[in-house]
Amino acid sequence: MVSGAIRQMIKAINQFTRRMPTWPIYFVVLAVIGWHFFMALTGAYRPDPVRMLELEYGLLALQLLIASLAITPLKRFAGLNFVKFRRALGLSAFLFALAHLGVWVALDMQFLFDQMLSDILKRPYITFGMAAFALMLPLAITSNDRLLRRLGGARWRRLHRLAYPLTLLAALHFVWVRKGVQIEPLVYLGLITLLLALRLPLSRRRVAQRAL
Amino acid sequence: MNKWFGPGLTENDVTPEEVFLNRRTFMRAAGAAVALPALAGCDVGGGETKTVAGENALKPTPLEDIASYNNFYEFGPSKSDPARYAHRLTTKPWHVTIDGLVDKPGVYPLENILRGMEIEERIYRFRCVEAWSMVIPWNGFMLRDLLKRVGVKREAKYVAFETLHRPEEMPGQKVPLLKWPYREGLRLDEAMHPLTLLATGLYGKPMPKQNGAPLRLVVPWKYGFKSIKSVVRISLVAERPPTTWNLLQPDEYGFYANVNPKVSHPRWSQATERRLGEGLIGKRVPTLMFNGYEKEVAHLYKGMDLRKYY
Repeated sequence: MVSGAIRQMIKAINQFTRRMPTWPIYFVVLAVIGWHFFMALTGAYRPDPVRMLELEYGLLALQLLIASLAITPLKRFAGLNFVKFRRALGLSAFLFALAHLGVWVALDMQFLFDQMLSDILKRPYITFGMAAFALMLPLAITSNDRLLRRLGGARWRRLHRLAYPLTLLAALHFVWVRKGVQIEPLVYLGLITLLLALRLPLSRRRVAQRAL
Repeated sequence: MNKWFGPGLTENDVTPEEVFLNRRTFMRAAGAAVALPALAGCDVGGGETKTVAGENALKPTPLEDIASYNNFYEFGPSKSDPARYAHRLTTKPWHVTIDGLVDKPGVYPLENILRGMEIEERIYRFRCVEAWSMVIPWNGFMLRDLLKRVGVKREAKYVAFETLHRPEEMPGQKVPLLKWPYREGLRLDEAMHPLTLLATGLYGKPMPKQNGAPLRLVVPWKYGFKSIKSVVRISLVAERPPTTWNLLQPDEYGFYANVNPKVSHPRWSQATERRLGEGLIGKRVPTLMFNGYEKEVAHLYKGMDLRKYY
């Protein structure tokens, strides 16, 4: 009875999302980026608007990466179908990561290229963050139908498995930037680990067995 | 035991705290280089702001910035946590235990410690190990005046400090993020240096609780974490005392923690810093050796490998 009601609800949600367009997501992302920038510019994020911007953009990038990783498990284990939003979520994560990096380069480091380069090479958390961003680039570039077709489904999917290591790198970047061992970034790391673990063949098989 | 606070005085002779903490006096000869920018910043005589030794006069960071952006993990790990939660802290009464290798150990009420101390205003650069900085007009007295009063024994080589441990008022202490209570330490000669301050306020006002009320250390040539807040214990010791951040991550936080643009922290290059309070496009500036107090303190470290003793 209860599970029947839940199944009805899931079906309704899936029907609803099927009709929803994905393009408004990009408008929301650009509006949020602009909003935080406006807040920083007008003094709402004092005394360190630069750090606040880095933090807001970076956190949103990580949260959207997590959301995009949650799509498959949600479908597999809960029957919720948000697959059509995955590309938009991934690209949104990339846009926030780009804003995050842009603030670091232009406002935080102020184009001190020598210092940036040595930071990227020597400071593990910056190394991890840059590596995560570098891995996002090919995924962002190929997140369109034309390149999906050109690469072919199998190769495209293989390439897009880079999302797993890059999200882990992004989470480690967050863990490491904090002084000491802090709870908040570890919660993110734990969530990502869980979402990745759900993809392991072992947990898949177990679920398959339960389904039998 | 407290006779050095002056004989024959009663409660009625005590300067009202407000008046006392608000006194603005300029520092004495020892810190002339620091006092000049202070004068310039106050715009004495209505003249133009002077530059000292080629450096722009130190312009204090706005009070609301100083009091809203704090690393005070006793109230939580976020920089906004202290301003949010520090109001819970009871700072009256306040006692400071002074013990170890001193002639007159004891548990001193703060009023007794302050009695007879000359509260000066000192405008210091404040450089966080996280590569940001502020300029803070502190009010306080020289630590060495207190140490002289209690009488330092000859065997004493270091001074150890402890922050209050009161988890019911300091919610951050319920989480073992750091090993509570927070501890810091100085070599005796560092503690006796005239730049080393025990601060009781800033901007001529009593110390905001989130900034370490009612009594905190200020060592302007060291990274901010050395300047321990809400001090309840000062111990004179013979051996180098354990210090909180050094215990947690010794490869990142040294005992000395002198501001040094040439020695990088594993997480942050220390070559430059962002001066806060200047908005989104505030300029990144080069970090100065010993945070700009090289002339005053470099002699303390003569012959030391500052890369090794970071």
